[in-house]
Amino acid sequence: MSEITHDTLAGSAEDGQRLQFHETTEHHPETGTLLGFWIYLMSDCLIFASLFATYGVLGRAYAHGPTGQELFDLPLVAMNTTLLLLSSITYGFAMLRMQMGKLGGVMVWLAITGLLGAGFLGLELYEFHHLITEDAGPGRSAFLSSFFALVGTHGLHVLFGIVWLVTLLFQLKKHGLIAENRRRLFCLSMFWHFLDVVWIGVFTFVYLMGVLP
Amino acid sequence: MSQSDHAHDPHGHDHHDDAPHSTFKGYMTGFVLSVILTAIPFWLVMAGVIQDSGMTALVILGFAAVQIVVHMIYFLHMNFHSEGGWNMLALIFTAVIVFIALAGSLWVMYHLNVNMMPGLMKEYL
Repeated sequence: MSEITHDTLAGSAEDGQRLQFHETTEHHPETGTLLGFWIYLMSDCLIFASLFATYGVLGRAYAHGPTGQELFDLPLVAMNTTLLLLSSITYGFAMLRMQMGKLGGVMVWLAITGLLGAGFLGLELYEFHHLITEDAGPGRSAFLSSFFALVGTHGLHVLFGIVWLVTLLFQLKKHGLIAENRRRLFCLSMFWHFLDVVWIGVFTFVYLMGVLP
Repeated sequence: MSQSDHAHDPHGHDHHDDAPHSTFKGYMTGFVLSVILTAIPFWLVMAGVIQDSGMTALVILGFAAVQIVVHMIYFLHMNFHSEGGWNMLALIFTAVIVFIALAGSLWVMYHLNVNMMPGLMKEYL
């Protein structure tokens, strides 16, 4: 961040009438990491948008195969949604502990968040396995292809979030709440809450609307 | 260029957590709101409260939209002044693109199906 002030020709400039080419009102962050990460999330959002659009187009193309109404187990989806929602609030608690500077609290809440995320993934894998053994795998119909692509991509994101979270736990243990780790915690926070936002779209658009007659 | 030319940054750079400051109350408000906004659509669909499917779909999509806004505000701390407004600008831009991608795909593909292969529609479904 450079502050450039530019004098007009020496002598001709009166005091207080100098041209200023820097912003005096806006406060820029030291690094653009958080903004950059946000831009990445927005581009990720576009990936999900195309997957949602694909599902929107193909979601009722059953090819005489099973329909969403026959396949989707709403209590299981409600359970999954609960786990993800709880993991969002526990991550929030970790961030609050970070603001207080309590390393132990951060690590405990992060670990709980990771466990909830793992529970979510476990249920999703159980669901996928169940579908595939019922001959409703991704190759069965266009509906199931787009379903597995969308929900699977979200699941992969959660998996990578958990990998990141575990890595961060080790870094926290080794270095404590240094500025770099705080920055990483903020980035993972955005990533994690973003996945929750995408899941709102998934459970509404795919599961709830999928079982409507 | 003399020292006096530098305008003093009123905020200072001594604390470089430019990230938003979150509060327990904020997170709890967001959490309670999202639990309510999640429970109602599940209840509407699982108990079959509204007979008409199209109506139910519209209502639960409305709940989803509200819940996404709640998450953006309370969990992702979106506002108009973080990062000098660039966060919000990127979000609005993305929302426009997402809307075009979704609405455009559904619109174009629906009409392609109806107009280009009318005989195949029954087979295809």
